Amino acid sequence: MSLLPDGVSAQDFDAALADFTRVVGPDWVFRSDDDVALYRDAFSPAWDEDQERRPSAAVAPANVEEVQAVMRIANQWRIPVYPISTGKNLGYGGSAPNLTGSVVVDLKRMNRIIEVNDKRHFAIVEPGVSYFDLHAHIQEKGLKVWIDVPGPGWGSPVGNSLDHGVGDTWGIYRNHFSAHCGMEVVLADGTLIRTGMGALPGAESWAEYPLGFGPTVDGLFAQGNFGIVTKMGFWLMPAPEAWCSGSISVPRRADIGPLIDFVNMIEHQGHCGEPAYSSPLASEQGHADYQALIAEGQFPSDEALETFAADRGKPFWKVRLNFYGPTEVVQAQWAACKRLAAAQLPGATFEDGPLSSLPLPEKLLEEHDPVHFGIPTLGTFALTARSARNPEGADGHLFFSPIIPKSGEALLRFQRVMWQAFHDMGEPTRITPFTGPNTWMFHSFAVIVVFLISRTDKDANARVRRTFNTLIEVAARHGWGEYRTGPLFQDAVRSTYSFNDHSLLRFQERLKDAADPNGIVAAGRYGIWPKHLRAGR
Amino acid sequence: MRLPMKAGGMCAAALAAAFVLASPGAARRAGAQADEKAGVVAQGQRLFVYHCAPCHAAGPRHPGTDALRLKYDGAIPPVLTDRTDLTPEAVRFFVRNGVNAMPYFRKTEIGDQDLDAIGSYLSRRRR
Repeated sequence: MSLLPDGVSAQDFDAALADFTRVVGPDWVFRSDDDVALYRDAFSPAWDEDQERRPSAAVAPANVEEVQAVMRIANQWRIPVYPISTGKNLGYGGSAPNLTGSVVVDLKRMNRIIEVNDKRHFAIVEPGVSYFDLHAHIQEKGLKVWIDVPGPGWGSPVGNSLDHGVGDTWGIYRNHFSAHCGMEVVLADGTLIRTGMGALPGAESWAEYPLGFGPTVDGLFAQGNFGIVTKMGFWLMPAPEAWCSGSISVPRRADIGPLIDFVNMIEHQGHCGEPAYSSPLASEQGHADYQALIAEGQFPSDEALETFAADRGKPFWKVRLNFYGPTEVVQAQWAACKRLAAAQLPGATFEDGPLSSLPLPEKLLEEHDPVHFGIPTLGTFALTARSARNPEGADGHLFFSPIIPKSGEALLRFQRVMWQAFHDMGEPTRITPFTGPNTWMFHSFAVIVVFLISRTDKDANARVRRTFNTLIEVAARHGWGEYRTGPLFQDAVRSTYSFNDHSLLRFQERLKDAADPNGIVAAGRYGIWPKHLRAGR
Repeated sequence: MRLPMKAGGMCAAALAAAFVLASPGAARRAGAQADEKAGVVAQGQRLFVYHCAPCHAAGPRHPGTDALRLKYDGAIPPVLTDRTDLTPEAVRFFVRNGVNAMPYFRKTEIGDQDLDAIGSYLSRRRR
């Protein structure tokens, strides 16, 4: 064991770990270098560098009583702790803490599915339950509900939603925190609370009505450090009878505005699931004509791009819409979309996609990403693993994830600003005139930039960090802020949410000091540092 | 039947082994060991399906399989369950150290015993 929490003596640390051991048993306190190394962020963009955030030990309670005991001990010995659910938040920090030296509270052993109800459409789970687990449970029991899954199925509904994770089915389920309903939380001093209807003894509507009575506090526990969540409820989508999809293409670059406005109207009325925007021209970027357009490093003019699109004989933009519901309804929804779009979007063309009963037949499932059907996979790791696009593979990835308004104007402006930012840094641009928005959030866009990480090339990682930090600043100057990021960048992003001299952060710090006076829970998470670590930040 | 001396010697040894195996206690022990090993392999298979197959099975959207297909370019099967060269030690190394985009697994995810079972399954002898 080579690391101690800052300000904690070796003697006190040993005493705390001995106390943890008495609670959870010797098999579930990890302090050897080999065991603790498994809690490093496997995708750290600062691997083996001083700024890599590393834990000192880990403790894995099996139930809520053990979590309470762990918190009391941590308070007694002033041990900083950092809770993780399944620890798979790769690309956003993994299982490593913000504060080096923290003891990870690993909740993977708390893996009970408390209830899945396919009449009232909710689930209540513990943090160690993965999307794979929940999906398998629903299949085994033949329950008629879907879950909404993020890319990596080994993630936890609790952990993912607490980090504001997102998915790919129907609007109100895709923002996983918004789809949660009710929490059980162990506070810093070991007190157990339940939110929403869970605060009313005997209530059976804990996972049905989220607001309970009075101010809601659930948000404090998401991207926050006010306690350890030990149970959460989630609304689930009733398994639909059928699915169909269809695509709308528009010819010109400027058509993206009306196209987005149209899809917003359709989606926000509840007529389609997640739209998927793309540019058919994205695959033409190697063409000599396009390379000539960008030879000087400048963002091509709209006129030049329109000419390029016309020369290639391809529409500039395309959106694929997914419809879920009774067979007649999904057919009617797509038919209505085509009728309305034909009237509103000059030059629009349409492509009918498949119409299928659900569950989707195997062949269609091979052709369409299972995440659109609430089926967890690990397909997202194709981003990083060795592939034709990336023949040597990478050791990890990092997501730059700003939120932008849900409009064509914002998207086109974002493209130009980010292109220029990359150009000014002398970095190859990762945003192009063909970049589309990510559509997970129901009422906003994100535009994700993926960076690849190395375990051996520190210079490459340093470049990624410099680029990432610059993008944070540039985006913020234009009103675009990250919805989520890893510990290494959380202070930088936090500082951009600065309205009225950072009054929101100052309020959150006041709450933090009151709820966790010793500052032991996830110190620094999302830029909220306890009082004794705040000075100089 | 007459056998060359060497062969006869081997035959004697085999007979001796057969006698040992034939003793009731030893046979029970051998049977129990075989059952135990089969149980470990079966457990390893279940754990493989749960922990590893989402990335390493056949078919589309298995980034581990796709990566190994490119890495070995046909020299070694890309699907882990098709391989005959894996050892428990190699499996343990990759699970505890990760490789490329594959992260390592903590002991709360895959305990040492479970990891041994996965190693036994992937390195089992095939007919």
